[in-house]
Amino acid sequence: MMGNVTLLEFLSAGREVAGHHPWPRFQLDARTWRRMVEQMAVSNWDILAEWAEPTEIHVALRGEDSGAIAVASHPCPDHKFFALSRVRPSAIRLERAIRDLWGLAPEGLEDQRPWLDHGRWGVKRPLGSPRISEGRPHAYRFLTAEGEGLHQIPVGPVHAGIIEPGHFRFHAQGETVVRLEERLGYVHKGVEGLLAGKPVAEAARIVGRVSGDSTVAYALAFARAVEAALGVEVPARAHWLRALMAEMERLANHVFDIGAICNDAAFAIMLSHMGMLREKILRANAACFGHRLLMDRVVPGGVAVDLAEEGWEALAHLLGNFRKLFNKAVALYDNTPSLLDRTTGTGFLPAALAHRFGAGGFVGRASSRGVDARKAPGYPPYDELDFAIPVLAEGDVHARLMVRVEEVRASLRLIDQILKQMPRGPVAAPVPNRGGEGMAVVEGFRGEVLVWVRLSEAGKVVRCHPHDPSWFQWPLLEAAIEGNIVADFPLVNKSFNCSYSGHDL
Amino acid sequence: MSALAWQIAQILLVAVLAPLATGYVRFVKARLNGRRGAPPWQPYRDLLRLLKKEAIVAPSASWLFRAAPYVTFAAVWLAACVVPTFTTAIALAPSADLIALVALLGLARFWTALAGMDVGTAFGGIGSSREMLIASLAEPAMLMMTFSLSLVAGTTQPAQIAAFILGGDIGVEVSLGLALAALVMVAIAENGRIPIDNPATHLELTMVHEAMVLEYSGRHLAMMEAAAMLRLTLFMALISCLFFPWGMALPGDGPAAVAVGLAAFLAKVAALATALAVFETMIAKMRVFRYADFLGGALLLGLLATIFLYVSEAV
Repeated sequence: MMGNVTLLEFLSAGREVAGHHPWPRFQLDARTWRRMVEQMAVSNWDILAEWAEPTEIHVALRGEDSGAIAVASHPCPDHKFFALSRVRPSAIRLERAIRDLWGLAPEGLEDQRPWLDHGRWGVKRPLGSPRISEGRPHAYRFLTAEGEGLHQIPVGPVHAGIIEPGHFRFHAQGETVVRLEERLGYVHKGVEGLLAGKPVAEAARIVGRVSGDSTVAYALAFARAVEAALGVEVPARAHWLRALMAEMERLANHVFDIGAICNDAAFAIMLSHMGMLREKILRANAACFGHRLLMDRVVPGGVAVDLAEEGWEALAHLLGNFRKLFNKAVALYDNTPSLLDRTTGTGFLPAALAHRFGAGGFVGRASSRGVDARKAPGYPPYDELDFAIPVLAEGDVHARLMVRVEEVRASLRLIDQILKQMPRGPVAAPVPNRGGEGMAVVEGFRGEVLVWVRLSEAGKVVRCHPHDPSWFQWPLLEAAIEGNIVADFPLVNKSFNCSYSGHDL
Repeated sequence: MSALAWQIAQILLVAVLAPLATGYVRFVKARLNGRRGAPPWQPYRDLLRLLKKEAIVAPSASWLFRAAPYVTFAAVWLAACVVPTFTTAIALAPSADLIALVALLGLARFWTALAGMDVGTAFGGIGSSREMLIASLAEPAMLMMTFSLSLVAGTTQPAQIAAFILGGDIGVEVSLGLALAALVMVAIAENGRIPIDNPATHLELTMVHEAMVLEYSGRHLAMMEAAAMLRLTLFMALISCLFFPWGMALPGDGPAAVAVGLAAFLAKVAALATALAVFETMIAKMRVFRYADFLGGALLLGLLATIFLYVSEAV
């Protein structure tokens, strides 16, 4: 085992693949790949995403100290590879999904159960070498918990509220949760298969719909990946408008989450306040950019619409009002002991676990992990803006809520700065039809959204992999609820607010 | 003769008023939350709709499951009929006392909890187990409150307690204040209101009462819902009768006094419903394991009320 070796030093043992931007991609042979996995056991390299092609496995890594990002690839013509999940539990579900979708067998992955494939697709390995299957659902064996007085509570996949489908299997002793196991994959839409062969403009629309609440983040990540692959220089004003939209999206989601968390503790008035605030943002979005959720406003090359002068004024007006109302609502939260009693100490996530799984967003930040793609690796215009990343150490529902509160305040300050400093000029550059590989990491409201793309010479998508931050947050929810009471699960779940759609893809 | 007439009037009044009272609470809560809200008479439409709908029963359900809505509804309705609302001159008044009332409510709860477990779903079981936890704490508190009242008034009949308080030979009594607080807390728990339970929630894992009736549909659900509405009205009537009987007609009063009693009763229900809505808006639901603290507090208040009586007599 090597001592302190940086990620790039280590990967340079492989062959660098030309034309991968902005970070290098290295092709590793079986031995080096294996050594990389072993090295990961002792290094603090984060897995950013892991995906596959019919005979190749890719993993995007980040050296936590240096912040260097690189992709490691490993051809596996015999359809198996040395599993990362041997050393990183965060990769378990990713590799189970890889086995389901591409048919590559992760060697050393103990969990042999399928993940996304519930047996209902009528096809096996849809992205690898597809084979027709009977389309009958498999029986799924949940992990067990044994002991006296234990009982199971199955919840979902269809829930009473208007939320996405997912199954939660509780083992409880009375009211205390002994084990929670999630089963996801109910909203698998075959996005990656859909993307293959699509022209860039069409693919951008699809990626923008991977998870509707993060449409700006996904569209931005895809656009930046394409621009990196093709070397497109985006006009300065487009960068600023993108940041403006991204912050509006963050605001809308965070304020609604804050309200929804309180609502799950039966404090409905908070949801009313926050619902009104969210509505103000959505209406401003519609007035300024022509779409309430800003779908398809960020496109490869720039943005689809410019911000008119009257839109600028409307936004500036909105902000002044918004800040006052938001602070009043937060004061209401702070001054309601019955509510604080519910959120404080509930759903504790230890910092060590957040680090181990590389959890980003408010989940990571509430447990001491202050990673933010806007700071590192960073992308314009955030390098010119002044903002802080709130990090708390408590790791409970209250901390996750307060991180959101601080992020809302930071976003408001960011929007202020963006409106004041935004340069004039064009808002889009032409996107040439060329080939190339690109990757981008963008901070969505849940955390880091990663998109990797390979374009053909005709300018069409050969492969595109969008990665949702929820992959590394869902497993932590299982840990956070342990030892809590069953009735607190909705509260803890809402404080995580992981994406089903982005995860199931 | 008039006692029978007033009794029949009361039987109809509570049944007709109950959905309106519940609808009014929902309406005020919606307004406090900045929503327009459904009109207060929406529960009538809901009940009518449910009555018209097909009742679907799980294959694993036994006769218990089918019978429970009727038993529950009948027990709660009967309980609501014997608590004087606008006049104490009702035919059933002598036969009903507070301990019988507790028993009737216990019967309704017992059947609902059985029905919750009967189908065998996890949620029904959770709901029943929580309901029994609440019951085991709320019933002693309710009895304790009853004892201190009966020690003051020398009777356990609500009608006579009301008459005693209206008689005016009672000053400001600390015990009564404590007993009132205990009864309000018990009422919140019995009716599954915030902070004990959230009647408006969609989160199966947090439910108590709603979890037990989750499997019901159609007329069965209508009965269960109506019973819940009646229970809320019953507790409002009980609080009014025992602690705020002013305006209530007494035996021998003419129709004019009864009309005043009716107006007073409606005003009291409106005031209590508004207070409930405001209280529920201002507070979050508590954790399940805190129920014991809350209802233990109610029990303690009831106990204190009784002790105060003896102490004030002794010194």
